[in-house]
Amino acid sequence: MTGHDDLPAAARARQLEERLIAAGLTSDDEIDAFLTGLYTSASPVNGARMSARAWTDPRYRDLLLSDGDAAAAEQGFEGLSYQLRVVANTENVHNVIVCTLCSCYPVSLLGPSPGWYKSFAYRSRTVREPRVVLREFGVTLPDTVQISVWDSTSEARYMVLPLRPAGTGGLPADELAAMITRNGLIGTALV
Amino acid sequence: MRYAAGATVRVRAADPDHHTRVPGYVRGHTGRVVAALGRWQLPDDSARGITPPRIETCYAVRFSGADLWGTGDHTVTVDLWESYLDGP
Repeated sequence: MTGHDDLPAAARARQLEERLIAAGLTSDDEIDAFLTGLYTSASPVNGARMSARAWTDPRYRDLLLSDGDAAAAEQGFEGLSYQLRVVANTENVHNVIVCTLCSCYPVSLLGPSPGWYKSFAYRSRTVREPRVVLREFGVTLPDTVQISVWDSTSEARYMVLPLRPAGTGGLPADELAAMITRNGLIGTALV
Repeated sequence: MRYAAGATVRVRAADPDHHTRVPGYVRGHTGRVVAALGRWQLPDDSARGITPPRIETCYAVRFSGADLWGTGDHTVTVDLWESYLDGP
């Protein structure tokens, strides 16, 4: 069994940290504080709550789709380090997010990205054969549903607003939020 | 801002020897502007330490999967800075 410290990527990351610390640009304490802050607050619960609110509040839905940063701020997530763009699934269009150049993704709203999101296979195949990739995730879409792939190559970060499942009309927003998964917010699950 | 939503644009085919944010698979391809996202530093300049870096509008540009790959019924939307694009 290989420990985290033995991974080449971990060794490279540590060497980079040490260079930055030696250059006086940061410190171990600062890095630790940043990571602690990130990992205690960054969670797909955040994106799920915003999406469930959009399902139940048409004004908030309009804001989320037109000005993601303002919608995030209204939910308590102010000062995002990126421009949030939310793309809504409909009966006719299913959206899916990828970053072919690296692994960009709205971490503060979706939590740390899953390993597969960073994999070469996901990044190279999603832009080329998304219907096949989605089927491997268990999402089989009818041919009448168009797949819209978003490649995050800029300072914008994308999040999918899933389609609200049928038969959930009476549920309150917190129960709806509990149904929404990280994969649903990436587009590799229906919700 | 040079391109409005709906404009047809062509991605420059050049393969620069420096850092860029143009994915290889859209080079030389024609797409349609979905939205202007904002004005940001051009990564090609900031990665090379060019000061000040150019500040340019970045656009979400949509391509047909069939055009990109010769097969597929999907679309791919890629964010591209203005100097990555030419008019039709």
